[in-house]
Amino acid sequence: MTEPLIAVQHLGISFPNNQVFKDLNFKIEQGDFLTVIGENGVGKTTLIRALLGLVKPSAGAINFYPNRKAIKIGYVPQFRNLDQEYPLTVEDFVGLNIRGWLPWLTKAEHRQVQTAMAVTNVKKIKQRQLGMASGGEKQRAYLAQAIVQQPQLLILDESTASLDNEMKYELLDLVQNLNQTSNITVFFVTHDLPLAKQYAKHYLALRPGQQSFGEMADMTVAQLKEVTNV
Amino acid sequence: MFSLAFMQNAYLAGTFIAIICGTIGVFVIARNLSFLTHTLSEIGFAGAAFGIFMGWTALTGMLIFTVVSSVIVGQMSVKQSRREASISAISALFIGLGILFLSLSNQTSSYATSILFGSVIGIAHADVIRVAVLSGIVLLVMLGLYRPLKFDSFDAIGAKVSGLWTTGISVVFLVLVAMSVSVAAQIVGSLLIFILLTLPAAAARYFVHTVSKMIGLSIAFALVGVWLGLYLSYVTNLPVSFFIASIECLFYLAALGFQRLRVGS
Repeated sequence: MTEPLIAVQHLGISFPNNQVFKDLNFKIEQGDFLTVIGENGVGKTTLIRALLGLVKPSAGAINFYPNRKAIKIGYVPQFRNLDQEYPLTVEDFVGLNIRGWLPWLTKAEHRQVQTAMAVTNVKKIKQRQLGMASGGEKQRAYLAQAIVQQPQLLILDESTASLDNEMKYELLDLVQNLNQTSNITVFFVTHDLPLAKQYAKHYLALRPGQQSFGEMADMTVAQLKEVTNV
Repeated sequence: MFSLAFMQNAYLAGTFIAIICGTIGVFVIARNLSFLTHTLSEIGFAGAAFGIFMGWTALTGMLIFTVVSSVIVGQMSVKQSRREASISAISALFIGLGILFLSLSNQTSSYATSILFGSVIGIAHADVIRVAVLSGIVLLVMLGLYRPLKFDSFDAIGAKVSGLWTTGISVVFLVLVAMSVSVAAQIVGSLLIFILLTLPAAAARYFVHTVSKMIGLSIAFALVGVWLGLYLSYVTNLPVSFFIASIECLFYLAALGFQRLRVGS
């Protein structure tokens, strides 16, 4: 049994007039590739916001091991409205997520940016204006920005939704590679069940008021469909 | 021309103003705050009139009004959809107040126009010092906040989810904009201030594609506009604001032309 990175216990999240979760339980192990599946509106993004600490649980707890501060989280959000005129180059965009107080990047930080671009396969287009990049290139740049701080946990929120089939698999191959070689734990929200089946180690299927959690190896795509159907 | 003290003062103050407006402008454009900048210049006019009415300097009145109102606008218009309407409301109120204070303080209309449109001759050496000090403060704060401000301005969603305190950054930035508006109003006048805060930066983003280069080019566009504007105003005896506005517009149009050639759209 691998060490847990996050354990979610009896989690409840409610907004006025809307209870999103009641008694949600699952854990994310170190080096895990967990996919969260479910219909729109079932609370997948809310769950991410709770993990990020942007939404307070109304019941239960999210426990990080050893503690929340020790876990760096990289996040690729679902919507980013970068239009064609978005001015920054891919390289400058990736570097935005480097923290610190110096106005310029140090040599070590510069290397971090180069590494993140190399593993996400955007180094060749690093001088390209991000607004002019293709959908797949943009997603890879977002991924590069999310991993530039070398997070332990990488959260992907429907990152493949706007991509064609070939690009989807290309992106997920990169993520799988990060998961296997850099031991980055992946939390992948999607409603693309075949994709989830191919890449994930565990699944968390959400339905209003219900959840199921388990090993992906035990499930077929048809069974996944069954556990997510309302 | 440089043997005249008032021209020396104008060039010195103009240089400081071009540097801070060029720098702040890059973030104003990235954060879609052009309209707010325009409003702040009107608020600045009201503040100046208030300052005169109270017997203070115009700059003090402007600083108070622009800083307070930019924080209010920032609080009121968290939602993008509501931003324009709430800015319009605040703007209307402040233009009214400006006229009121001007009338109460019994100043002539020529004084009003000098607040609105700027006056090269009006810049004394003490003004230059004040402008330099305020510019220095604005630049220092910007430097200290550079990375978080850059992240929040060019990728608001990424910055928010990465745990940056974006509300705090936003408020500090609005205060910096308010200070820059008050400073720049000394030379180009409050009504045309948004030109220096928006057009050089808006033009620069079409030519270069990193934040540091945008700041450099935006400062360069602002400096050329201010220096050339002051010179042309001196030789023609026409208002400096007119020349600065025209030059910056030319830069912006050239940038749009360049973009059209580049992407063919």
